[in-house]
Amino acid sequence: MDFDAVLLARIQFAFTISFHIIFPSFTIGLAAFIATLLIRWRLTGRDHLHRLARFWTKIFAVSFAMGVVSGIVMSYEFGTNWSNFSVVVGNVIGPLLGYEVLTAFFLEATFLGIMLFGWQRVPPNIHVLAAVLVALGTSLSAFWILSANSWMQTPAGHEVRDGIAYPVDWIAVIFNPSFPYRFAHMFTAAYLTTSLVVLAVGARYLVKGRFPEEAKTMLRMGLGMVAVLTPLQIFIGDQHGLNTLKYQPAKVAAIESHWDGSKPAPLVLFAIPNSAEERNDFEIAIPNVASLILTHETDGLFQGLKQFAPEDRPPVFPVFLAFRLMVGLGLVMLAIGVVGAWLWFRGRLFETKWYLEAVQYAWPLGFIAILAGWYVTEIGRQPWIATGVLRTADAASPVAFGAVLFGLVLFVLVYGVVFSMGIYYINRLIEYGPKGAAAEPPEGVPSRPLGAADRAARGAIEGT
Amino acid sequence: MEAIAFWLPVVWAAIIGIAVAMYVILDGFDLGLGILFPFTPEEERRDVMMNSVAPFWDGNETWLVLGGGGLFVAFPLAYGVIMSGLYLPIIIMLLGLIFRGVAFEFRWTAKPHHKLWDDAFAYGSIVAAFMQGVVLGGFLQGINVENRQFAGGALDWFAPFPLFTGLALLIGYALLAATWLVMKTEGELADNARGWAQYLLLAVLVIMVMISMWTPLAFERIAERWFTWPNLLYLSPVPLLTAAAAFACWYGLTHGREVLPFVSAVALFLLGFLGLAISNVPYLVPPSLTFWDAAAVPESQIFMLVGVLLMLPLILGYTVFVYWTFRGKVREGEGYH
Repeated sequence: MDFDAVLLARIQFAFTISFHIIFPSFTIGLAAFIATLLIRWRLTGRDHLHRLARFWTKIFAVSFAMGVVSGIVMSYEFGTNWSNFSVVVGNVIGPLLGYEVLTAFFLEATFLGIMLFGWQRVPPNIHVLAAVLVALGTSLSAFWILSANSWMQTPAGHEVRDGIAYPVDWIAVIFNPSFPYRFAHMFTAAYLTTSLVVLAVGARYLVKGRFPEEAKTMLRMGLGMVAVLTPLQIFIGDQHGLNTLKYQPAKVAAIESHWDGSKPAPLVLFAIPNSAEERNDFEIAIPNVASLILTHETDGLFQGLKQFAPEDRPPVFPVFLAFRLMVGLGLVMLAIGVVGAWLWFRGRLFETKWYLEAVQYAWPLGFIAILAGWYVTEIGRQPWIATGVLRTADAASPVAFGAVLFGLVLFVLVYGVVFSMGIYYINRLIEYGPKGAAAEPPEGVPSRPLGAADRAARGAIEGT
Repeated sequence: MEAIAFWLPVVWAAIIGIAVAMYVILDGFDLGLGILFPFTPEEERRDVMMNSVAPFWDGNETWLVLGGGGLFVAFPLAYGVIMSGLYLPIIIMLLGLIFRGVAFEFRWTAKPHHKLWDDAFAYGSIVAAFMQGVVLGGFLQGINVENRQFAGGALDWFAPFPLFTGLALLIGYALLAATWLVMKTEGELADNARGWAQYLLLAVLVIMVMISMWTPLAFERIAERWFTWPNLLYLSPVPLLTAAAAFACWYGLTHGREVLPFVSAVALFLLGFLGLAISNVPYLVPPSLTFWDAAAVPESQIFMLVGVLLMLPLILGYTVFVYWTFRGKVREGEGYH
């Protein structure tokens, strides 16, 4: 397979996985949020919690459907585009993905049916249990997928014979060196992302004076999570960075755009990395701070890009830039959490208009930060697809350039249409609000003539 | 060959066979509903059709992931060869599945402007079903392998046999869906479905006979498998049972039975699947890679087998639980939306 077809295959994978990751990052947290709402509703009997759970379940259903269909694509792309990857590391990575399907995917996909359609078919406690199982499924799914990805970053528990990786110690494979950090970082990111969406929707309603009771619950739950999780996430991120320095020093050198490892590293705020001349252009930097962060000493040394052969260096600029975007958004989230917590503490959270006006637009922050973070770690792993085991260029399928191009164009068109419509519909559900659920018949009524009522209500808003 | 190195790949081939069979049955009627959509323009009936599978479709498609994932785990080489060899049909199938999958949710949210998603459901299902048939045909006609890599062309699947199997699967899925509607719905929709199912059953039988003649004529290994003594004797129950299932289906459809047509259509599918499996054992990628050529190392197959043995009964258990929860007829106006 020639170079251009490899590049196209990489673009296709990056494109499809970037779209895919958006939905799991949202549904992991949302499933837990809905389960929490339902459990609180069972404990307190307060109706608005049930209305909220039903409202978010509809949004969950749309997001989950997009996650499922884009996820099926991923499970086949390893073969269609990366068949040599399957052959070289399939013995090790395959079972991790297999366990994901067996323990997680079936659990979530099956109990989703009951969570969505079982409101009147099963007793309430079984329904709550279904929601908990869906949440458990999404978390288990993240566990296995992140284990597989972490193994590609920091392979362990295997040996390579004749160019093929063989498993030696499964515990070492699953709990490879970067896995605990990556799992903690991504899992917290997913919860944080969902919390920001919940917070933003609550603020949006409060600004417009709609659904005040539901909006206040969303604000309290969303903000509580953001205030606690953001500092925690910054701490986890720092630990993850130290782990990367130990196992993937070239990635850290690219993140910091640090060329000369013989000198302490400054914290580069802005620069255009110049790979040809191995230095930064237009650099704005604070001396010694990167050394302080990474080695905890102002004159500490860590490896620079020049210490790696040019063919072993990741592309510097995208890694450098994406990292700054991620950290910048993290600081914005920290501000949202700290300011909100302070307002809450002073009892002015629901009255502070400027804060609510601002945070109603905070919903995309988590998604962008997650994408930026994945670009850092995935591009930072290059030129390896599995560090030290297999190079990306050697992993591709022997598929013709034209076929890959055709596939890529179709993916861009279809994803563009389908997922922008999906986001449009989610926005419409949010605009419609939790009131639909309030008009529904009481629990325990076996047949549900509510489709018709709901449609009438929907028609009414359509008309306005 | 050591016993374990012999049996593990065989067990794994059986597991993947079961996953694919489960997928074909479960997503078969699910996709088939989309194939029948163009014949059912009434909105309320389309609502009922979609509601009859809405709680299950995620779970149904998960068997496709298990089939693909299982192949990746147990036979990475076959996975790589098949996926890259049938690149375009698989990609187009996945795109079809995207359209019809999201339509389950988008359609309700879009109402009353849901026409687009009705079409997405119908054509997405049709494209996905047809391409699955093409993948099957492309796989049966053989994939060119050299040096343990796919070595054919991007359009090898564009040939009479795969295109025929594409059409065949389309009709077969439509039969499963029509009998599903006979079982799960009532009134005029169920009556119409009963009528369609009779024509579809006849078409499926013609197709089964054609494939039974075409494959042994085109592929010598298949003729040898079926038409040499004593195989002919041992394998004779397969066509006999197929005839019995076809008769039961016809009897159920013409004598007002509600469950029998669906059950016997499923039996018909399973027997067809068994027939194809018999034709191709022990090839995982006919005619070049056997189960043993393509197998992952025993360590990987065992590690994963433990998971399958623990989890598969549990998965089957909760799949049954969900179908049981939503048993009975689906009526107009039912749904969570």
